[in-house]
Amino acid sequence: MYMIETIIRPSALDAVKSKLTELGILGCTAIECKGFGKQKGHTERYRGGRMDVGFVPKVQLKIAVREEDLERAIEAITTSARSGRVGDGKLFVYGLKRVVRIRTGEMDEAAL
Amino acid sequence: MKAGWIRYVPVMLMLALLCLAAGDLWGQEAATESPGMPGMPGVAEVASPGTGQPPAEVTAAVEEAAAAVSQELFTVNNLWMMIATALVFIMHLGFATLETGLTRAKNTVNVLFKNTIIPGIGLLTYGLCGFAIMYPGEFNGYFGYAGWGITIDASNAEAVTANLTSAYGDGGYTWYTDFLFQGMFAATAATIVSGAVAERIKLNSFLVFSVFFVSLSYPITGSWKWGGGWLDEAGFIDFAGSTLVHAVGGVGALVGAIILGPRLGKYARDGAVQPIPGHSMPLAVIGVFLLWLGWFGFNGGSVLNADPAGVSLVLVTTSMAAAAGAVGASLTSWTIGGKPDLSMALNGILAGLVGITAGADLMTVQDAVIIGFIAGILVYFSVIFLDKLRIDDPVGAVSVHLVCGIWGTLAVGLFGSAKGFEQLGKQVLGAVSVCAFTAVFATVLFLVIKVTMGLRVSSEEEIEGLDLGEHDMAAYPDFQQTYIKSYHAREI
Repeated sequence: MYMIETIIRPSALDAVKSKLTELGILGCTAIECKGFGKQKGHTERYRGGRMDVGFVPKVQLKIAVREEDLERAIEAITTSARSGRVGDGKLFVYGLKRVVRIRTGEMDEAAL
Repeated sequence: MKAGWIRYVPVMLMLALLCLAAGDLWGQEAATESPGMPGMPGVAEVASPGTGQPPAEVTAAVEEAAAAVSQELFTVNNLWMMIATALVFIMHLGFATLETGLTRAKNTVNVLFKNTIIPGIGLLTYGLCGFAIMYPGEFNGYFGYAGWGITIDASNAEAVTANLTSAYGDGGYTWYTDFLFQGMFAATAATIVSGAVAERIKLNSFLVFSVFFVSLSYPITGSWKWGGGWLDEAGFIDFAGSTLVHAVGGVGALVGAIILGPRLGKYARDGAVQPIPGHSMPLAVIGVFLLWLGWFGFNGGSVLNADPAGVSLVLVTTSMAAAAGAVGASLTSWTIGGKPDLSMALNGILAGLVGITAGADLMTVQDAVIIGFIAGILVYFSVIFLDKLRIDDPVGAVSVHLVCGIWGTLAVGLFGSAKGFEQLGKQVLGAVSVCAFTAVFATVLFLVIKVTMGLRVSSEEEIEGLDLGEHDMAAYPDFQQTYIKSYHAREI
């Protein structure tokens, strides 16, 4: 079992969600966040001055998947979140030790 | 980007007009003719004196007209008209907050900028040429121009008596009050358009459109009725501007929304409508109630004096129509839509207000309630219908101002003391002719701008938000984000 953690553009959120749903991966957590990488933020103006806004709005998604779904999920996320421009984001994969469905108490693979 | 120089043509024309305005408004020219209400005693043409010349004689006719209304009554009338002017002015704050509340946070600075600059453009162009086109005095009924100059030469006794005493405007207001009161109306017509084209129109293109729309289209159609033109002679009635202000603005809004196209993500390929909710319902409510407040002056001041019977009736019919509109729209959205929709209730209030504006002085209280209630129902269905046609109107400007403006105009033939089949015919004539002229004008103007300057922002800018794209500013620097599907769609 793995946890996929990915940072994507807000405008890609719906495309990623639809693609994952198509694959049968039905759960995810979305966190609004700010970040920067190569994209380095942007400059704003205010009353005669300039400000460097170093962070750009992003969305972080966390999706827990089974081993057999991992490659397809990575493929789905990267293709649907890709726009080709700097700022498309990154994807990280962690291993998961335990998963529990709180309502029923199911564990591990059965809980995904 | 469009080929180099051609995209600057409209802006250059506009700047040229504005330079002329600046030169003119500071000039010392006196009004040559006294425009304003038809039938006023015209003053003889006076030279434009500098200081040091003796004041001209005051003609007997002007003196007599000045004496007709007592100074006390004149003062009270003019005072009410100036208060009404300030009330109509506050409607701009109402439009600003309403539009802000019903659009996305990432476009807030842009929406507010448009609403801030429109009073500026409106008043300046009204001083440049709008007032003189709208009230040309004696003219052919279709197009006239009373000449340059808003400032009355204070050293010219004839001009002063004719324009700044009760000799002017049947003792209801001075020339200056007249100019400013009507000027506030002109700017309102322009700002109606800004709501429908919000979130995707280029700022400079919108400003160029507004300059020409407010300085030419609005006063030309206005002169047909309020300036004593052919519609006035035909017996068309429009008390405070259901057609001349609201339908005119609504037509500009409709044409703009059609030519611009919908916002990205608003309509899915299969025809489904993706709601794009506004980011602040509190601001929207503040806006609507400021507009209602402003309508006390919009309709109350259109009586053109402080007559207790007249003004108090108009204030009552106005507010009763607003109240009925709120209820009509709420009930409709509750029964047909399933739940009571706040934004529909707000549109309902405005629908009732627009609906009563053509005949507020002619209706009984019951008439006003019925007119407002029907307007509230109409606005709900109009919003749904426009979405079916895939015409994206973020704030419901077309539904409120065009649809209910026409309803209010026709209602004068159906209710109240002027009702009748013949009057209804005249109302149809007025509504159709004004809307047709405005539609042609707005279409040509938008298309010329589209071809020369470009009308719409790029997709990237629309997604990122016009605040950053057009202004390099954020309205809420601790940025807000939401993730409703339509907020960040990439395709139409």
